[in-house]
Amino acid sequence: MDMRTPLGKVRGLGSAKEGTDHFWRQRLTAVANLPLLIFFVFFVARYAGAPHAEVVAALSNPFVAVIMAFVVTSALVHMRIGMQVIIEDYVHAEGAKIALLMLNTFFAIAIGGLCLFAILKIAFAG
Amino acid sequence: MTNVTRSRPLSPHLQIYKPIPTMVMSIMHRITGGALYFGTILVAWWLIAAASGAAYYDWVSWLFGTLIGKVVLFGYTWVLIHHMLGGIRHLIWDLGYGYEKHFATRMAKATIIGSATLTLVIWIVGYLVR
Repeated sequence: MDMRTPLGKVRGLGSAKEGTDHFWRQRLTAVANLPLLIFFVFFVARYAGAPHAEVVAALSNPFVAVIMAFVVTSALVHMRIGMQVIIEDYVHAEGAKIALLMLNTFFAIAIGGLCLFAILKIAFAG
Repeated sequence: MTNVTRSRPLSPHLQIYKPIPTMVMSIMHRITGGALYFGTILVAWWLIAAASGAAYYDWVSWLFGTLIGKVVLFGYTWVLIHHMLGGIRHLIWDLGYGYEKHFATRMAKATIIGSATLTLVIWIVGYLVR
């Protein structure tokens, strides 16, 4: 017997009211990460060990700067929700779990803020 | 109450099963994902170094170019490629394909062989274009 209301069934969001949002975002960023990280790997392979001026010149290119910002954003969203699942799977103490889940978001935002600032600084100020 | 819960028998866990390719690749997908999480520190470090100026960038670039640096970056490349191929496998499953036992095992083996091969190719090509 299904106890759910017809409206609840149509919405399909479950008790947490999130539905398939986590799953969907994981896949959405996974698909985005494919071309973005292939670009990143090629870029790093090309400019590894290159002189500073050359790397900055390459990163100053508007297309490279924007794509690099996409790389960082998509990868960080993907890894943040991925690590969330790892924490939820292995950390059972309620306090530690909540602390780690918060730390997880703080880490992703800190890395994202630093990377995006560096990318924009190079793009606008060299 | 706690005693009652604790004395309950547990179902067999990972260590009781013989490792099979799909299982090992599943575990490795999670481990490589976790490693990539902390690997972003290196990406942030590299970008910040480039934004900080030539002197600091040259130092970081030198550090990444040392033997230990190269080993870490080679490992990082492999972990990234491995997680990427594992992810493609998951996307294939999401589309509803690749569940047949022997095919799934072959895909699992292809993931490790593919990631090792691609990593070597990337590094060899990386050296050749220099």
